[in-house]
Amino acid sequence: MASHPRPIAPHLQIYRPQLTSITSILHRITGIFLSLGVLPLIYWLVAAATSTEAFDQAQALAGSIIGRTLLFFWTGAFFYHLLNGIRHLAWDAGWGYELTTAYRTGWTVFIGTVILTIAAWALGYWARGNV
Amino acid sequence: MANAKGNLRSDLGRVRGLGSAKEGVRHWWVQRVTAIALIPLSLWFVAGIVFLIDVDRATAIQWLGSPVTLGLMSLFLIALIYHTVLGLQVVIEDYIHSHAVKLTLLLAIQFAGWGLAAAGIIAMLLITIYGG
Repeated sequence: MASHPRPIAPHLQIYRPQLTSITSILHRITGIFLSLGVLPLIYWLVAAATSTEAFDQAQALAGSIIGRTLLFFWTGAFFYHLLNGIRHLAWDAGWGYELTTAYRTGWTVFIGTVILTIAAWALGYWARGNV
Repeated sequence: MANAKGNLRSDLGRVRGLGSAKEGVRHWWVQRVTAIALIPLSLWFVAGIVFLIDVDRATAIQWLGSPVTLGLMSLFLIALIYHTVLGLQVVIEDYIHSHAVKLTLLLAIQFAGWGLAAAGIIAMLLITIYGG
């Protein structure tokens, strides 16, 4: 065995949440949630390849209240995971470890997620009425 | 035999228990390569799909059926599913401690992931070749 004690994960029951820990666990939660989105994505593509009836059914499911709600949260999860993923890649490149920078980029991810999610849906509804 | 630091423990003895040296580097690297690829590919996908809300099949196939869409969508699906399988693998390894359950889940996400990727790419090929 190594002569020094190995670092251990924080005990979550007594660990005060902070922006850096919240953004970290949200990256994992959005990742798992986005994984589930692969299923409807493939179903939608297969339906488009199959028949008009199959595709209409897929579009109706996507357009239902539950469908739209799920798609809205998938959009939010996507932009969060994308922006925070870029933050992770910056860390991998050795940039952004200073506490003030980590907090600034963390807030940027949250604000960017809200803006891009609303923008994507606004664009979608605008296109729906115009294309 | 003493090592460079004058410690009597062998190099092997020193590193034992410090963690795996199996294939973590490859996992880490491919996770990053697919992440970088997914930045433009996923933005392209979302920008395309946003215009397909409520459209009928003929309109959807106009976009889906172009060779450019076939190429980019195939790359997107491969990068997406590779990234997803690697990500879920870490989650399973972190939280599932029963060896049998862990192994079963790891196999399941591999098979399900690549099965879904194949289905998606075949669907795209059919749409491009036959127009759906």
